[in-house]
Amino acid sequence: MIRFEHVSKRYGDSLVLDDLNLEIATGEFTVLIGPSGCGKTTTLKTINRLIEPDKGKIFIDDQDTSQIDKVKLRRSIGYVIQQIGLFPNMTVEQNISVVPKLLNYDKARCNEIVRELLALVNMPYEEYAHKYPSEMSGGQQQRIGVLRALAASPPIVLMDEPFGALDPMTRRILQDEVSKLQKKLNKTIVFVTHDMDEALNMADKIIFMNKGKIVQMAAPEEMLENPADDLIRSFMGKHSIDNESLPQTAADFMRSDIYSCYRNRGVREAIQQMARRKVDTLLVKNLDETYAGTVSIKNIRNHGKDMKTIEPLITQENAVSYVDEDAQVCFDKLLNGQDSYVVVLNHDQTIAGIVTKTSMAKSLADAVWGDSQ
Amino acid sequence: MSHFIALYGKRLSSAIITHFWYVVISITIAFIIAFILGILLSRMPRRANLILPVISVFQTIPGIVFIGLLFLYNGMVPSTVVIALTIYAIFPILKNTYVGIINVSEDFKEAAKGCGMSPFQILMKVEVPLALPSIITGLRISTVYTVSWAVLAAMIGLGGLGELIYAGVSSNNNTLIIAGAIPAAIMALLFSLAIDLLRKALIPKQLRRDNK
Ligand SMILES: Nc1ncnc2c1ncn2[C@@H]1O[C@H](COP(=O)(O)OP(=O)(O)OP(=O)(O)O)[C@@H](O)[C@H]1O
Ligand SMILES: [Mg+2]
Repeated sequence: MIRFEHVSKRYGDSLVLDDLNLEIATGEFTVLIGPSGCGKTTTLKTINRLIEPDKGKIFIDDQDTSQIDKVKLRRSIGYVIQQIGLFPNMTVEQNISVVPKLLNYDKARCNEIVRELLALVNMPYEEYAHKYPSEMSGGQQQRIGVLRALAASPPIVLMDEPFGALDPMTRRILQDEVSKLQKKLNKTIVFVTHDMDEALNMADKIIFMNKGKIVQMAAPEEMLENPADDLIRSFMGKHSIDNESLPQTAADFMRSDIYSCYRNRGVREAIQQMARRKVDTLLVKNLDETYAGTVSIKNIRNHGKDMKTIEPLITQENAVSYVDEDAQVCFDKLLNGQDSYVVVLNHDQTIAGIVTKTSMAKSLADAVWGDSQ
Repeated sequence: MSHFIALYGKRLSSAIITHFWYVVISITIAFIIAFILGILLSRMPRRANLILPVISVFQTIPGIVFIGLLFLYNGMVPSTVVIALTIYAIFPILKNTYVGIINVSEDFKEAAKGCGMSPFQILMKVEVPLALPSIITGLRISTVYTVSWAVLAAMIGLGGLGELIYAGVSSNNNTLIIAGAIPAAIMALLFSLAIDLLRKALIPKQLRRDNK
């Protein structure tokens, strides 16, 4: 477990880390995200003491890191940086064995580690071990960078925008590889990125920072559903289900192109209207335009053939909602009841529209994927 | 030709050997001093920016003046030549060592630090290897110059190929001048080749394509 207690860091006048408190559980994949300059890298580097905080303490498994020898501490924490982290004067094998060698592992063991790790990412030892970084693609180099960080089996691995310079395809592949490695090897990973896609794809927990502070710390789904502020929402971009523009009331889901008739109309006229519109019920209005009820073809067939007007056949059993009623309540009426629609009324009892399953689905789709027109 | 060899052969071969040793000894000492000094300066770049120009001033003192002064102070012994040559040879190596190390990208140093290397390990495993092309270039410059500066040794009667050249100049004997100059040129070339071999041995070819 990694724990920050009141960690602050100042460069000149600017407070880069502002009283950070956080906890990262063992085996968890934590992603630090936020706008440029918000202090992600600084936060990461305070963990392996590449940067010393001015105030506050950081504990790893309840041990105060400021009491551990820096060099020793760093050998027990994997560290991957963007782009050119590999030493160009060393081969793949030498790069991967840097930390094991610092820890005085013998040659045979180093070689064994290199073989095992290369196998993990499907890079044959014979083909790659003796290559220099300059002879490999960016994606391959970054894979080796990750392997180097894993070589001495550190329980914690820090990654600072490790895939920032890669094309989207390679990036995606490496994200999946790292996710798999993390699950397989059960590492605690702290991963910095700018990219919400990457965060959502990989994180168990996302820590969103701004101006040296934590704005929100949550699981990806939780952050998607309830972004703490507009900045996070804008980072979420297309992913977010925006609560404010999300349809909220019955009115947002209804269709208003409805067929209705006055209560004093003849049965035959009603039947004709239904046939013409291809519907099996009509909404019925009082003469003052207020809602009277519905009349269905079934009712007419059973009772109404010899009646003059539809008036006696009007029922008020159909579910009714009001324009400003919560959409969810309206949906419940629709989904749990027998009726094929819910009638939505204005407060003056006039008819505003109806909510059908189709209109509901369409409005939801518009909200999620943008307006279809 | 055989006439020449009969006449000067012995003198020539001893001059070549003396010249060779002047160069090898001075360059070896100069390299050790310059390498260490270059590393020390790279640890304090701010002061290095003041110190390096001061050292470079030495370079502008004409060789004859310097070796003459040293002769007055140290006497007519081979060490006078070696000291003078060493001092001249230091600067190119020093400067290239310093610049080479200073120019190693922060990213590599930070990666090394993050891996848990101590400052000394970072220096030996990352900074020096990456500065090596530049250091070796400095070594070559110094060596080639030293071969020609060693000619000055004869000025204070301490042998080397300069002896033939001076003798030739003072007696108006062109053959002698050429007999001194051509072996010096060849020696410079051979040293240069030797350093090239060293470079190939020390630097993996993937890092060599730039000839810094
Ligand atoms: N050595 C330093 N001296 C002065 N200011 C610094 C130093 N290092 C970082 N800063 C400042 O501290 C702030 C946080 O830097 P940090 O590198 O942690 O940001 P970041 O969130 O990683 O940004 P990015 O996404 O651009 O990498 C920035 O405003 C930066 O300019
Ligand atoms: Mg950063």
